[in-house]
Amino acid sequence: MKKVGLSGNYAIAYAVKMADVDVIAAYPITPQTTIVEKLSEFVANGELDADYINVESEHSAMSACVGASMTGARVFTATSSQGLAFMHEVLFMASALRTPMVMANVNRALSAPLNIWNDHADAMAERDAGWIQLWVSSAQEAYDTTLMAFKLSEETRLPVMVNLDGYILSHTYEPVELIAEETVREYIPSKPLVNRLSPKTAFSVGVVGPPEYYFEMKYQAIDAIERSRMSISKITADFNRSFGRSYDDVYAYGMEDAEYALLTMGSMTGSARVVAEELRKEGLKAGVVSIRTFRPFPVERLIKKVDGLKGLGVMDRASTPGGPSNPLFSDIATCLYGLKDRPILQSFVSGLGGRDISLDNFRTMFKATKEAADAKAPKPCMYVGLRE
Amino acid sequence: MLEIRWHGRGGQGAVTAAEILATAVINEGRYAQAFAAFGPERRGAPVLAFTRISDSEILLRSQIYEPDVIVVLDKNLCTMEGVSDGLKHGGTVVLNTNAPPESFVSTFPQASRIATVNATKIAIEIIGSPITNTAILGALVKVTGIAKMGTLEDIFNERFKAYAEKNVNTARRAYGETTIMERDV
Repeated sequence: MKKVGLSGNYAIAYAVKMADVDVIAAYPITPQTTIVEKLSEFVANGELDADYINVESEHSAMSACVGASMTGARVFTATSSQGLAFMHEVLFMASALRTPMVMANVNRALSAPLNIWNDHADAMAERDAGWIQLWVSSAQEAYDTTLMAFKLSEETRLPVMVNLDGYILSHTYEPVELIAEETVREYIPSKPLVNRLSPKTAFSVGVVGPPEYYFEMKYQAIDAIERSRMSISKITADFNRSFGRSYDDVYAYGMEDAEYALLTMGSMTGSARVVAEELRKEGLKAGVVSIRTFRPFPVERLIKKVDGLKGLGVMDRASTPGGPSNPLFSDIATCLYGLKDRPILQSFVSGLGGRDISLDNFRTMFKATKEAADAKAPKPCMYVGLRE
Repeated sequence: MLEIRWHGRGGQGAVTAAEILATAVINEGRYAQAFAAFGPERRGAPVLAFTRISDSEILLRSQIYEPDVIVVLDKNLCTMEGVSDGLKHGGTVVLNTNAPPESFVSTFPQASRIATVNATKIAIEIIGSPITNTAILGALVKVTGIAKMGTLEDIFNERFKAYAEKNVNTARRAYGETTIMERDV
């Protein structure tokens, strides 16, 4: 199929249009804005038959999405950084009320100082909101994952966040193969209207859940995201088969015989692969592991992928100030804790606030991972690319 | 892999030029990335944009530090401090200027090809405003052959609608009026 040049944001806008959403409620914020700008254009010129609700804040955007989802509408929103933070309390309601919706979160650093560039602090701060979190590493993956996200969200009745790195993916033009609109409509037909709010079926939602009930209701949401693993595997396999792709919960590059690897998430994966290939030519058995499904975390799959490794460097593009380690590192360490033979883990934080992670930075991290593994003594978290 | 850095001022269309070139390359069946160094955007301020071109899938996501080609859309930026930073030895430079290529050897000592075109004059005469991106694209295609003029023109027709023909004529004239100097470095 022919490829077109699109930015990551436009790729998502096309996916949302082809998914034939019913309601979009959003508030513009850089670097997300061009997604909803494009969608409002589609609605205005009649290419997309949807209600576009202009709201006065992200808190209202997410609230409108929850309400719209309750009526059975297919719902989309997009945000970044402060916008996501402003949605915080409503995010927990969206997951616990089991309202399907898809949100593109164009990852951007949190203030202060004010910074419009990329890191992962915004999504990491919403780690525990009960949303499925998917991460992409190209505009093509942003497009495909958005399509899969609608199916996944409606099957699991959980909200899904599609994360893509601000500017690095959102504003980079690159080849994207768009699926024919009719094919997408067949892939995700209109949303089934089950047990939804309407003037004829009025009922109360989000009412008080006292100690006698809250725990069980919360557990249902916890159980739902646990069980969503099955849906993710099935939907991904089905999408790969139908459209000739090769998506997975965890990607592994060169991991068949790797001794040292970096673990990445999002756009940094590509550069890490380039450096791993260079290092392989120099004789180092280097590999890259990349997490696509951050929530629910692919524990079993990850354990399989890192089997036999001597050293694993975990790259966080966010930090947990004052914590024992950073968000991704904590998860990896938790996954591997119960194993008898496990790789030495080295923690890295890099690329905060849009600081470029250069190829030299990746080389530094591979080297430090090897040193930590060979000495069986990891260093405290290394801040790579930080001026001293 | 070919890496291009674009220097311009807000409003001259450097970011658009980077995107159009990438789109042309993608339309011709190869791989490309176009991105900009985003910041507080304002008309007249110096801006940087980048295009990466390859015959195979591009995995790299880091910035471009050592471009093969430097393109300057504004005549006052052609000798700006730092304009030649990182240019590869034997690299190519495409400049919007009314001066001959020889006058830029000291600014770009590592360049083996220096091309000049008076893009501002051509743009003002044909389009009616000093938006130099389509003229400089014509010059870049002449110097590097990185995409076909026809592919660019198709994109202009789709993208610029009422201004399509003027931009096509601008690029064609710039293609014809580009002066190229080659030298051993």
